[in-house]
Amino acid sequence: MSFSSAGYELLPVLPELVLAVGAMALLMLGAYRGGEGTTRLVTTLAVVLLVVTGALELMLPAGKLTTFGGSFIVDDFARFLKVLAIIGSAVTLVLSTEFLSDPSRRIFEYSILVLLSTLGMMVLISAADLIMLYLGLELMSLALYVVAASNRDNAKSTEAGLKYFVLGALSSGMLLYGASLIYGFTGTVDFAGIAASVKTGSVGIVFGLVFLLAGLCFKVSAVPFHMWTPDVYEGAPTPVTAFFASAPKVAALAVFTRVTLTAFPGIVPQWQQILVFVAIASMALGSFAAIGQKNIKRLMAYSSIGHMGFALVGLASGTVEGAQGVLIYIAIYVAMTLGAFSVILSMKRDGQPMEQISDFAGLSRTNPLLAFFFAMLLFSLAGIPPLAGFFAKWYVFVAAIKAGLFTLAVIGVLTSVVGAFYYLTIIKLMYFDEPAGEIEPMRIELRAVLAVAGIFTIFFFVYPGPLVSVATAAAKSLF
Amino acid sequence: MILPALFFYLFAGVCVASAVLVIVSRNPVHSVLYLILAFVNASGLFILMGAEFLGMMLIVVYVGAVAVLFLFVIMMLDVDFVELREGFLEYLPIGLLIGAIFLVELLLVVGGWVINPGTVKQITAAIPNNVSNTEALGLVLYTKYIHYFQIAGMVLLVAMIGAIVLTLRHKAKVKRQDINVQNARTPELAMAVRQVASGQGLQDADAAEWVK
Repeated sequence: MSFSSAGYELLPVLPELVLAVGAMALLMLGAYRGGEGTTRLVTTLAVVLLVVTGALELMLPAGKLTTFGGSFIVDDFARFLKVLAIIGSAVTLVLSTEFLSDPSRRIFEYSILVLLSTLGMMVLISAADLIMLYLGLELMSLALYVVAASNRDNAKSTEAGLKYFVLGALSSGMLLYGASLIYGFTGTVDFAGIAASVKTGSVGIVFGLVFLLAGLCFKVSAVPFHMWTPDVYEGAPTPVTAFFASAPKVAALAVFTRVTLTAFPGIVPQWQQILVFVAIASMALGSFAAIGQKNIKRLMAYSSIGHMGFALVGLASGTVEGAQGVLIYIAIYVAMTLGAFSVILSMKRDGQPMEQISDFAGLSRTNPLLAFFFAMLLFSLAGIPPLAGFFAKWYVFVAAIKAGLFTLAVIGVLTSVVGAFYYLTIIKLMYFDEPAGEIEPMRIELRAVLAVAGIFTIFFFVYPGPLVSVATAAAKSLF
Repeated sequence: MILPALFFYLFAGVCVASAVLVIVSRNPVHSVLYLILAFVNASGLFILMGAEFLGMMLIVVYVGAVAVLFLFVIMMLDVDFVELREGFLEYLPIGLLIGAIFLVELLLVVGGWVINPGTVKQITAAIPNNVSNTEALGLVLYTKYIHYFQIAGMVLLVAMIGAIVLTLRHKAKVKRQDINVQNARTPELAMAVRQVASGQGLQDADAAEWVK
């Protein structure tokens, strides 16, 4: 069997190579330098490395690049989501500085694991065949399992890590089973090849597709594969929860979109009904189950389940508008989530983090600016105009209506009304209840993240052009 | 023609029999040994099919690593297997149900393959006749599939870092052996000659110095 190096250029994977080599170099630095300040140094360099990787990604030649025999694609879609995932990871590292500076758990490996997880996300976003998809997913998830348990002396954190690991392994198994069925019925693992041979939905293909989608639903924590989310979000350290809620969701949603739209365009009705069910179930559960929550991290978990449901509404339409809606949705969702987590991280009294929703009582009197920004983010998460979250929902619902999915759109709007209830409860607590006491002053990096996220959310409607046009170009590159 | 069939039934029969013995034998160590027997026979089945690489892997990975690991766990942990097996009959129906589901799925896959003969034609990479399995894998693993190989390496790196992060504890008070310090010891450093008065023993101050 002959092998030629044609089709194996390394330029399209340059950002990934830089990230991989950089992560390994930082690992060596951390392991051999030791002593005081290593964690801080490694974290700072890790953020720099992520920025460099993102810049390289944007500097790659325009258009669609493929390499490794077509199994790795860099198109506008991949660029958009990779940059978004990198932003999510970098901001999470910034949010983690306080967590990492605690002398009892100085683990520089945390940043390395976040870097390697980001590498997995980038592979996942660019994956154009099932093997690449699986490897990227494993690289991303394996690092996530470890960071979930990174507060290893805490029983809840280790429980979160273990629970995530066991259920994650189960979902990987389902995904692999589906992938093997698809390979068996089409004779190829390549997305383009699968698309070429799947014209009608035979039982075997649909069977495989269901398992594949089940595995992916687990990663985006969509109902009915959401059970791990509240426990893991609650148990993991708060910066890790912020990470879980942002970058991995981007990557998982990216691969969800790419698999359904590029590998199975021939059987849209078959996967559409699966996605419609998953979207409705996620939106409903995300809205109703969040109402009874006492812990803000659990609430954010249900909120993220609901938001994934809304994003899948766009995907269920299976059109360019739908894909564009998903991209806009996930970008705005990441901004809102990171902003909200910067507030949650800053809620500290006497050095103890406060995670109960009741702790937000009277925040507007003790800390008016913080309360204002948090209220804006919550209004946006609820989808109230003219904030960014409204536009995110607008694009996915318009796509669903254009595709004729009226029931889905109506249920989506109704559940978002229910969802607004629990966001408004927090705002009511902040503005109309008696304060329970002063909170510690907000750290500078949290202020910066909150300011950027808040301003983006509030003023998105003034100038939505750039994001929308980039998302449109990215969505078109899939079709 | 008769010989492969004979070997197939031999391997398959022993495999199924030892699989049954894995779950019914009372001694857990015997269970693991039967498990190893099942693996060896499965590997024989693979070799019969011409998949000698899978056969070898089964021996190396399952018999060499996984089964030995099981054996270690069973011998080191004090697990009461009699208690574990108490609900055996109770759970038998659901086990049979899951087995039946797997059988149906298997039939579905094989059925689909047989019903749709076009499937074989869609295989993009031709199956070469003149190279063995292992050779064919060796030809593509570091060339055509180098990226998969490298990413799998990164996955293993993450697993290694994860294991260290979650289990390694730097204990300040632990006493470690330092060969250089040991070699640099001289009789003067290590020994002291004391005149011990009869009936008094070493004084506390002397003893403290001695211990140091």
